[in-house]
Amino acid sequence: MSVTHPLPHDAARLHVTGEARYLDDIPAPAGTLHLAFGLSEVAHGRVLTMDLAPVRAAPGVVAVLGPDDLDPMPDCSPSAHDEPLLAPGEISYCGQPLFLVIADSHLAARKAARRADVTSEDRPAILTIDQALAANSRFEDGPRIWERGDAAAAIAGAAHRVEGVIEIGGQEHFYLEGQAALALPQEGGDMVIHASTQHPSEIQHKVADALGLPMHAVRVEVRRMGGAFGGKESQGNALAIACALAARATGRPCRMRYDRDDDMVITGKRHDFRIRYRAGTDGEGRLEGVEFVQYTRCGWAQDLSLPVADRAMLHADNAYFLPAVRIESHRLKTHTQSATAFRGFGGPQGMVGIERVMDHIAHALARDPLEVRRINYYDSAPAGAGGLSAPRRSSGSAPPEGISAKKKTTTPYGMEVEDFMLHEMTAALAERADYAARRAAVAEWNARHAVLKKGIALTPVKFGISFTLSHLNQAGALVHVYQDGSVHLNHGGTEMGQGLFQKVAQVAASAFGLPVGAVKITATDTGKVPNTSATAASSGSDMNGMAVKAACDEIRGRIAAHLAELHQTEPAEVHFADGRVFAGGNEMSFATAAKSAYEGRVSLSATGFYRTPGLSWDRIAGTGRPFFYFAYGAAASEVVIDTLTGENRILRTDILHDAGASLNPALDIGQIEGGFVQGAGWLTMEELVWDAKGRLSTHAPSTYKIPAVGDRPGIFNVALWDAPNPAETIYRSKAVGEPPFMLGISVLMALSDAVAACGPGYPALDAPATPERILAAIDRVRA
Amino acid sequence: MDIAFLLNGERVALTGVAPTATLLDWLRETRGLTGTKEACREGDCGACTVMVTDADGSRALNACILFLPQIHGKAIRTVEGLAAPDGRLHPVQEALIDHHGSQCGFCTPGFAVSMATAHKTGETDLDSALAGNLCRCTGYAPILRAAEAARHAPVPDWIEDDASFFLAEIPSGGADPQDRRGADSPPAFRPATADALAAWYDAHPDATLIAGATDVGLWVTKGLRDLGLVAFLSGCEDLKRIETTETEIRIGAGVTIARLLDLMRAHHPHFARMLTRFGSAQVRAAATLGGNIANGSPIGDSPPALIALGATLHLRKGDTRRALPLEDFFLEYRKQDRAPGEFVEAVTVPRQPDTLRCYKLSKRRDQDISAVLGCFNLTLRDGRIESARIAFGGMAGIPKRAGEVEAALIGRPFTETTLEAALPAFATDFQPMSDMRASAGYRLQAARNMLMRLWHESRNEPADIAEVAP
Repeated sequence: MSVTHPLPHDAARLHVTGEARYLDDIPAPAGTLHLAFGLSEVAHGRVLTMDLAPVRAAPGVVAVLGPDDLDPMPDCSPSAHDEPLLAPGEISYCGQPLFLVIADSHLAARKAARRADVTSEDRPAILTIDQALAANSRFEDGPRIWERGDAAAAIAGAAHRVEGVIEIGGQEHFYLEGQAALALPQEGGDMVIHASTQHPSEIQHKVADALGLPMHAVRVEVRRMGGAFGGKESQGNALAIACALAARATGRPCRMRYDRDDDMVITGKRHDFRIRYRAGTDGEGRLEGVEFVQYTRCGWAQDLSLPVADRAMLHADNAYFLPAVRIESHRLKTHTQSATAFRGFGGPQGMVGIERVMDHIAHALARDPLEVRRINYYDSAPAGAGGLSAPRRSSGSAPPEGISAKKKTTTPYGMEVEDFMLHEMTAALAERADYAARRAAVAEWNARHAVLKKGIALTPVKFGISFTLSHLNQAGALVHVYQDGSVHLNHGGTEMGQGLFQKVAQVAASAFGLPVGAVKITATDTGKVPNTSATAASSGSDMNGMAVKAACDEIRGRIAAHLAELHQTEPAEVHFADGRVFAGGNEMSFATAAKSAYEGRVSLSATGFYRTPGLSWDRIAGTGRPFFYFAYGAAASEVVIDTLTGENRILRTDILHDAGASLNPALDIGQIEGGFVQGAGWLTMEELVWDAKGRLSTHAPSTYKIPAVGDRPGIFNVALWDAPNPAETIYRSKAVGEPPFMLGISVLMALSDAVAACGPGYPALDAPATPERILAAIDRVRA
Repeated sequence: MDIAFLLNGERVALTGVAPTATLLDWLRETRGLTGTKEACREGDCGACTVMVTDADGSRALNACILFLPQIHGKAIRTVEGLAAPDGRLHPVQEALIDHHGSQCGFCTPGFAVSMATAHKTGETDLDSALAGNLCRCTGYAPILRAAEAARHAPVPDWIEDDASFFLAEIPSGGADPQDRRGADSPPAFRPATADALAAWYDAHPDATLIAGATDVGLWVTKGLRDLGLVAFLSGCEDLKRIETTETEIRIGAGVTIARLLDLMRAHHPHFARMLTRFGSAQVRAAATLGGNIANGSPIGDSPPALIALGATLHLRKGDTRRALPLEDFFLEYRKQDRAPGEFVEAVTVPRQPDTLRCYKLSKRRDQDISAVLGCFNLTLRDGRIESARIAFGGMAGIPKRAGEVEAALIGRPFTETTLEAALPAFATDFQPMSDMRASAGYRLQAARNMLMRLWHESRNEPADIAEVAP
């Protein structure tokens, strides 16, 4: 079978030769026009005058559209209809598009966009969490609160208490390929859109909406993205809409790509958070009660902030059983970029909160943080509750009232953790990484060194898989088998580098017993598979793999029935393997079988559909089963810090990660390595800075630093925890896109450990732990 | 302008080239070679990396801030030219596939070219060779595995062939100041000698001088500025000379940072080590010492070290030359002691025993702009500090000497007490600013601690995170 093979990325050869076409590489017809937005230079205010005459007069400009030229104003929002394409008078953030330039070259459009003469009445901007709280500027009418038990009483009655606050910075996606779109006007007013997007159906929907057309008049195609990470779930809407409007206005193809600085200034990023916490424990550090208050800056528009904030609440437990818990979540509206999806989707921030609590408890009780973590883990699932033979819970069942007195397996939101495996994984990783001995060695090394200090930490990840908006958990596929036996594969998922297309092609090839090369992977196309969900929430392989398998199984079944009839055997006796088909003593190539079926007038095309079973979720009450299953992982990181400047380095990281029965171990390890480094970058060097006027100061790679090659761990060992997923996923694999990101938390905790070696105080290290923050923390612990 | 170069083994001649058209735009938009990617357009990500070969050898450069006239007379290889004409892949391409070195693939062409360049030149420090290529997907581990795997494969002959290319009939310097101008093409000057440059620049003092374009390039690609009259200095071979005598090292303004790095390995290894963190391989191969000084940035990394070494700056206007201590060149933020029409010709550094220590502090270790750069040149005699030249970048509007700190040290015994006693003087010497790189308070604290680092190092106390083994 093709599944489980560590095949290279399907486009690897195209990548290394430069042949792989990204959006801006698509040859455009002659006469194609290029677009650029003119941007607001203030964070909050009202446009008084906007003189676009100098823009129109600039060389190469074909047309300029201001808000008055668009009626109705198109909306770009994926959620709340609150994102006008162009600011209609009211300016909501610095970098907001004010007008649209259409010119004969990218450069001409960019140059012209700077020529507008805009005056505005500037108003005080709400930029920070504190300012938003003071102004009660928020989405939803108040904080969302989920609780179980009486956390305050449990904390009050506990033998030990810790409390504190952690600031967690946001993160720029820095997909290497910036946002881009291309609109090709068709006959009869139809529109074809090429977009660099994780969500072609949404682009289709928003473009149709903007053009006043039914969705059938708009077709969206995506072959690949040059990275996305959540940043292309909704942030490409504006470009596609702009291109479509301009294409309709001019009758010419229109293309738009953001210059990197524009991209960083315009588009949303990971939500930054402040998390306050209070926890009460017994003498060993076992939690009795914990309270979190999560504040998040959502920016100017709602976008996906509500489900992001929900997911932060849903991951406030991470791997730990919280006997009594209260989580309060404030979704604050500010005059900044509208924060959006980013790998983990709030989960990482929620998880950092509880990991900080674990770290703080361990410090307060002078215990090994790993021991504190382990005694707070969920209990392993009782024998028979998980595993392949276990019956699945019926769908839609209500969460249990209260919790089991014996087994600590119930999440704060009432979902049972049915396959908790972190006890075993942690033990295995601690042994592989030689954690105990190295922890002792670090302490000994620190005793001998004055300027440099080492730290080590092992942290777990438990991440819930499924969209929390349950209806999104569906996927479709379209598979054709041609009469020469070649296979055309299409599904609703998009390829952004994660290897989804190859994994799904492996599924298709396995279904037909073919080598993967027999399967042609084709661009995602709303004309082939409709009403798709974003390729997000790590769900791509799970859902599209299942949908493709359903389609392939359908076609295979038809071929089998045909051959069974022809060769007088049972369909179940027709086998497909190694490019051959075996039917009642006859053996033939798959191509021969396909041709035979064609000549037998058998349809060799099928759609496939999948919906994730068993989900039920009440996001207001915070109860139910939002996730199909959990993915697990653990990482042990060792770092060294320089106590003179706070500079730091990851010396070694060992990872054990659960990808179920991996569909492709090479691609999965790639996700883990890359996710870890991206997560570590978020928590260390990647710092977003806005100035006092709300202008983003870090709007280019010169000032915003993602990890470079030298920032990977000096020793980097990654292994898969190879166990089939008890949940019935595609070949019992597990989603792997987001979960490894949170392995990077081990680095923040290792840095905290290193800082703690400098003095008696608790480091209370904020993120990102830049050299400056680390030096400040060193001063704190020494004070 | 008219230029000629070799592109993936094929000769290309262009006429009427706009002087500030970038190679990247030409490749993608005119030539239709879209393998080379744009991801930042400022030389910070490496997605546009191309291999450039000339008589000095091969190097990786960022095509996004490389103006077409700069490649005149050179051989260019883009990602499309790494494989053989018959489709056989370059060893680094094979290795990238075998080791799963690409995910989204957008950075991959740049990596492949950087790797092929390192493979060709025999560069073994891959962390250094690849620091200028950002990848957001892989975490770099598989890319390094690929580079290691390809290391011992022979350089393909089609890659070696570029070395034989030399456009003898079109010298890289042109003497005609009235170079051809098209409708959109302002005049540009390509002097072959410093003398020619001096005469022309004296007559055209408002012109912009372009050496490596790692800074000026951004005026065009980000500032969207029209530079007007420009001169390309890369043809001035005499500005690229390095002359070492018994008393001094004279470094021409056109010497690249890459060559300065090599030079300093022998004379001041700690300076060289700091320079490995100056920009990236692509930037160091283009940027020149003269440019790094003349642009007057308060955060250029070469001036503090050179000031600490007591360097002298040599300026020239027409036939008039003058020399001044380098620190005196920097007057205030973005203002230098340079007359219109005057240019940096060379820097001289006195030969001296090596006592220079350079400490660069940035959010990211590699390819980041310094928050603080501290350079210390203390000489001791009989346990006393005989001389002290200390200079900082990032602590003021200019690269600046720490005069009060020096005064607090000179003549005193080299002890922890002496150094600690000098710490308050930092606040007299410097009132740094807060920005996105660091706060004022942190800058001051880190600068003080850099002085203390000298003490720790003198006691053989490990104080460099880069030297700690896991």
